[in-house]
Formats: sequence, C-alpha cells, structure tokens
Amino acid sequence: MNTQPLVDVRHLKQYFPIRTGFFTTTPLKAVDDISFHVNEEETLGLVGESGCGKTTAGRTLLHLYKPTSGEIYFDGNLITEKNIKNYRKEMQIVFQDPYSSLDPRMTVADIIGEPLDIHHLYSSRSERTDRVRELMDLVGLNSEQANRYAHEFSGGQRQRIGIARALAVDPRFIVCDEPVSALDVSIQAQIINTFEDLQKKLNIAYLFIAHDLLVVRHMSNRIAVMYLGRIVETADADEVSDHPLHPYTVSLMSAVPVPDPKLARSRHRIPLEGDVPSPLNMPTGCAFRTRCRYATEKCAQERPELKEAAPGHFVACWNI
Amino acid sequence: MTERLLEVKDLHTSFFTDAGEVKAVNGLSFNLDEGEVLGIVGESGSGKSVTAYSIMRILTDPGTIKSGQVLYKGRDIVSIPEKEMRKIRGAKISIIFQDPMTSLNPTYTIGNQIEEAILLHTKRSKKEARERAIEMLNLVGVNEPEKRVKQYPHELSGGMRQRVMIAMALACEPDILIADEPTTALDVTIQAQILELMQKLQKEMGMAIIMITHDLGVIADMCNTIIVMYGGRACERGTADEIFYNPCHEYTKGLMRSIPSIVGKHERLIPISGTPIDQLNLPKGCYFAPRCDNAMKICMEAQPDEIWVTPEHSAACWMNVKKVYEEAGKEKAKS
Ligand SMILES: Nc1ncnc2c1ncn2[C@@H]1O[C@H](COP(=O)(O)OP(=O)(O)OP(=O)(O)O)[C@@H](O)[C@H]1O
Ligand SMILES: Nc1ncnc2c1ncn2[C@@H]1O[C@H](COP(=O)(O)OP(=O)(O)O)[C@@H](O)[C@H]1O
Ligand code: SF4
Ligand code: SF4
Ligand SMILES: [Mg+2]
Ligand SMILES: [Mg+2]
Repeated sequence: MNTQPLVDVRHLKQYFPIRTGFFTTTPLKAVDDISFHVNEEETLGLVGESGCGKTTAGRTLLHLYKPTSGEIYFDGNLITEKNIKNYRKEMQIVFQDPYSSLDPRMTVADIIGEPLDIHHLYSSRSERTDRVRELMDLVGLNSEQANRYAHEFSGGQRQRIGIARALAVDPRFIVCDEPVSALDVSIQAQIINTFEDLQKKLNIAYLFIAHDLLVVRHMSNRIAVMYLGRIVETADADEVSDHPLHPYTVSLMSAVPVPDPKLARSRHRIPLEGDVPSPLNMPTGCAFRTRCRYATEKCAQERPELKEAAPGHFVACWNI
Repeated sequence: MTERLLEVKDLHTSFFTDAGEVKAVNGLSFNLDEGEVLGIVGESGSGKSVTAYSIMRILTDPGTIKSGQVLYKGRDIVSIPEKEMRKIRGAKISIIFQDPMTSLNPTYTIGNQIEEAILLHTKRSKKEARERAIEMLNLVGVNEPEKRVKQYPHELSGGMRQRVMIAMALACEPDILIADEPTTALDVTIQAQILELMQKLQKEMGMAIIMITHDLGVIADMCNTIIVMYGGRACERGTADEIFYNPCHEYTKGLMRSIPSIVGKHERLIPISGTPIDQLNLPKGCYFAPRCDNAMKICMEAQPDEIWVTPEHSAACWMNVKKVYEEAGKEKAKS
C-alpha cells in the first residue's frame, strides 16, 4: 500500500509585510509554521475563526502566494517556484463566492473550457465541446445550457460551474475554500453530495475549508483546527468533534448551534472571553494564552508543538 | 380577550421592478405575544427580511405594502402617519441587522449614537442619556464602557459592533426586538456570545423577539415558536419541538433532511431538488410543488390552506388534508 501522503506540508509560513510606519514594516503572520498532510482520496477539513489563516494556508500551499518559508511535497516531490507549473494541473481550487469568482461576460462553456485551453487539452473544437458537456453532466448541470452566461444561473448552479472548471484538468487534489458557505441549506446539500460523488468516482483528495463545523465534520475524514495562524489540534473528524482536547477546540465545538431543540436546551457552552489578538501582534508562547483559562507561566514563554495525545490525535498545548 | 402585542394580518408586500412585480410576501399572518421568542426561518429570498422591513416600515423603493395589517397593541401601524410611526420605530419596536454598519454611523462616536436614540424617544437629559448609554454598553458586555463611548464604530471588532447595535436597539426598552440574521456574519464563538447575550437580555427585560435566520441551529437554540417561510408565505408553524421532531410540510421535512447529522453519521444527505422559486412568476398551486417529490395533482392547481395538525402546530400542505380525509373515511367505514 502507498502510505506516502499525496500532499505534505511542512513548516509552512506566510508572512505579509504590513506598513506600520514611514520606513517600517511589520510581518503579519497569517500562517505561522504549520505542518499537515492530505492522503490520496482523503478529505482534510480545515476550521477556525475568520482571519485565522485558512484561506492563506490553502493558497500558499498552491503557490498562489509565494511561501515565506517551508516545504510543500506533492506525491513525494518538492514543489518549487520553478516546477509549480507542472503541478498546476494536479492541484486546483474552488472558491467560496460563486458570484464574484466567475466572469459574468463569459459563457459557461468558456468558463469551463478555459483551463482546457490553457493546458492544451484537446485537439479539435468538437473535442473541446464534448469535454465541456461531459464536465457539465458530471457536476449535475444541464449541458444544453453550455452557451448561457454565468449570471443566468442560481448560486448553487454557479458553484457547480466552479467545480466543473476545477475538474477540467483532472486534478488529484482540490482546495475547496468555503465552497458551500454562500448557499442555502437545501442547495448546500446538493453540492456536498456532488463533492462526495466526485471524490469516489475520480479519486480526488480535498482540503475542505469551511466555518460550518457540522458540514466539515460530515465531509471530512480528519479535521485540523487553526487558531491565529497555527494548527492547534488535528485528529479524526468525529474524534475532534466529540472529544476535543485543546481548550480552544473545546470552546469552539461547544459554540456550534445544534439543530435539535432538546439537545440545545441540555447543552452548555464554554464561552470564550475577549477577541482574537491581532496577527500583527502575536502573543508570545501559545497564541491562545490570552483567552485560555488554563494558561500558566510556561504558556507565555514557549510555543507548544503538536504532539500525539492519543493515537492519531495531535494537540498543541502544554497542559495536555 | 386580551390585546395581542403584535398581529400581522394577511400581509402582502411587493417590489415593482422593471422586470415586473416581485411578490416578496404573499399573505403572511402571525401573532406575537409578550415575552415570546418567535423564530422565522426560510431560505434566502423567502421574504423574511421584507416581512421585518414591512413591520418597521423601512422598505426601500420600489417596495410597497400592498395590503394587510400590522397591529401593534391593537393599532394598525401600516396606515398611521410617518410622524406617528417614528414614535414607535426604535422605541417600541426595534430592529437589529446582520451588518451592524447598517444602523451605525461611521462618523459619530458610539456614545453619541446611543444617546441620540435615547434623547429622541425619552425625556431624559443629555447627562442622563450618557449614563444610560454607558449602562447599556455595560449590559451588553462591552468592557470599559466609559472609554468605548468615545470610540468610532470602525475601531471595534465585528462582535463588539453587534453588541453596540443591540445596546442601541434596547436603550429605550422596546416591547419587540426584531433581529434579522444578527449573527450570520459572525464566527461561531462570537455568535454564541451574542445569542447568549440576547437570551439573557430577553429574560431580564422581558421583550418579545422575532428572530430571523436561515440557520436551523440558531432557531433551535433560541426560539419557543417557529414559522417556516417559503415563497413569502408561512408553510408551517408551531412550537420548536413540533417543527423539529414532527415536521408536517414537505419543505420543512426536506430542510431537516438536508442538514448534516449532529452526531456525525456521515450518511448521505438528502437534498431538496430543483431551484428556489421565482417571485416574478409564482406557481398557481402550492409554491413548493415544482420541487416537491410528493406533489399531487391538486398541488399544482390550488394553494393549500394552513390546517392544524396538533393544537400547537399547523401546516399548509395538501398531504395533511388528504390524511384528515383518509382518517375520516376509516372512521366512517368502522361505524
Ligand atoms: N494579501 C494579504 N495581505 C496582507 N494580509 C493578508 C493578506 N491576505 C490575508 N491577510 C491576513 O492574513 C490573516 C489570515 O487571513 P485568511 O484570509 O487566510 O483568513 P481565513 O482563515 O481564510 O478567514 P475567513 O474565515 O474570514 O475566510 C488575516 O489577518 C488577514 O487579514
Ligand atoms: N429592493 C428590492 N428590489 C426588488 N426585489 C427585492 C428587493 N428587496 C427584496 N426583494 C425581493 O423580495 C424577496 C424576499 O427577499 P428578502 O425578504 O430579502 O428575503 P430573505 O428571506 O432572504 O430575507 C426576494 O425575491 C428578493 O429578491
Ligand atoms: S498551551 Fe497553555 S495557553 Fe495554550 S492552550 Fe494550552 S494551557 Fe492554554
Ligand atoms: S401541498 Fe403538495 S406540493 Fe405542496 S408541499 Fe404539500 S404535497 Fe408537496
Ligand atoms: Mg477565508
Ligand atoms: Mg434577509
């Protein structure tokens, strides 16, 4: 069996230089030394509060942003600025907002066909047309409508267009950045099923970013929880949800509103006080310590690394 | 009979656009009692916000209340002069929005804005208004309120702005707070703080809340009673437990099936097929019929009336009418 992960990210950093004075810039540590892997045909969920670095992590891993430091391996090969173009076909991205990520003046056939053009993936016009139609069928769009404009489609349909476009080049890995967040639950369920069907059919691995924890749990094999640019916990999806260990994850999970009135009445939340600190001004040591009820002296001095607290369950906390 | 706090009767609100009449609310009726927390849930475009704006009379052009009544303590506020409405809006009935910047002015300090609301509606002096503003900020959990009153909205975080907006909405102790997706833009942890705050304030101040959201989790957490809207109509209403554990309209059933399990069963979701309705061309029969797997012939032809399925639960679906007939038939056969 092949045990090598499909995507392996090691010590990835993404610092954005922010001007803080006339001559001074301060690094905004959007992603601050994270490591994770995604296995073939697996879904890794990435969760955390707004601004914690999920999108940045996904984009940096695809070299859409040049990493500040760290390594990304695809299929065991180190990806560099020079060779990334060879891997563009293997790794794709689907965005949150189906409205703004599609050009309203392009027809669906053009939007889905564009990556085919870029990568020269057809030999005749008719082959291109066939491929576009095939992709539309695959994601549940009516291929009769290939010549319509994106703005003529509903939110859910536009999201399908975005997925078809990502699939055009036969990727093995897709970063899904909040792909269902803008959709109503009934449509959301359609798109989630589409992602799942495609994974089975085409053996694709996903990095699935979303803020709806029930959706992420449903979709993912494993989940990684981010806080302020760092991964604080990672384990099997059910394990993270039912038995979170990191104090931040514990609060996060207790805050999820559950669509079940009786359960909602019997549960109690473990509230988080205060706000997330600015990534321009990271706390020393553990990034969570300013809001952590268990913080000790040591938490201010040294950054906790991820360590295996239970089989397959990794936590970055001095008290675990 | 005691007077109802709020009665919405057969409300019809439309937008007369270039493309035609967008029928946003199509005959909605509901009651709200003192201290009740009523949830309105439905997909985007189902008319939740337009209902709220109609009650507050803050519809923007080309939106118009075509017909219907909104009775506040027995008095129809749809037809009263705007001058009269201003005494109610923000004082007796307040609203908070998804985006706090809708209510907050970026060029004034938050203290100024809360004071202004107080001065407009009460006989307090300027000094008393400032004290009340600080008291309100304290109440909604904004730390160091004496300092905060001097800050501008952009200097605060999203969750903090939401608190300030709540403080402003509640400063005059309204009888009714309408919350239109108040936590949709917030992170779950901040959302939990705001929901907790609203529950606490509701208990302390006793106002009624209309909680508008598309999030079934938020509804389950907050509300005693629920209205499910589809196409600008109530398709089902009842206690939270009835709606969640015994849904009787095909749309509500579909909604419940399409959310992922909270215990992580990873079972395949069962989505509602089709696309949301087009309010420019409403179907003749049941609005949900084009997407309903169980639609019958009559569903395409006539709109179902709401019928009671239990004393605290009603639904507008022909299925329930059919059931009533079948049961009556069985009774008859027995006798
Ligand atoms: N191009 C950029 N230049 C400077 N700062 C940036 C840039 N992109 C992101 N950031 C900052 O990096 C941090 C992480 O942002 P990111 O978009 O990755 O968050 P996120 O977890 O995806 O949040 P959300 O849930 O809101 O999408 C934030 O503080 C953000 O403001
Ligand atoms: N300013 C407007 N002009 C035209 N149509 C509008 C306007 N505002 C709302 N609508 C329409 O009214 C219907 C109900 O909208 P709304 O109440 O905002 O839905 P929601 O339930 O998501 O709050 C939708 O079809 C929407 O497109
Ligand atoms: S390392 Fe310390 S501050 Fe950080 S989560 Fe653990 S106990 Fe809290
Ligand atoms: S009335 Fe008919 S179409 Fe409408 S929800 Fe009920 S069964 Fe379906
Ligand atoms: Mg993001
Ligand atoms: Mg709305």
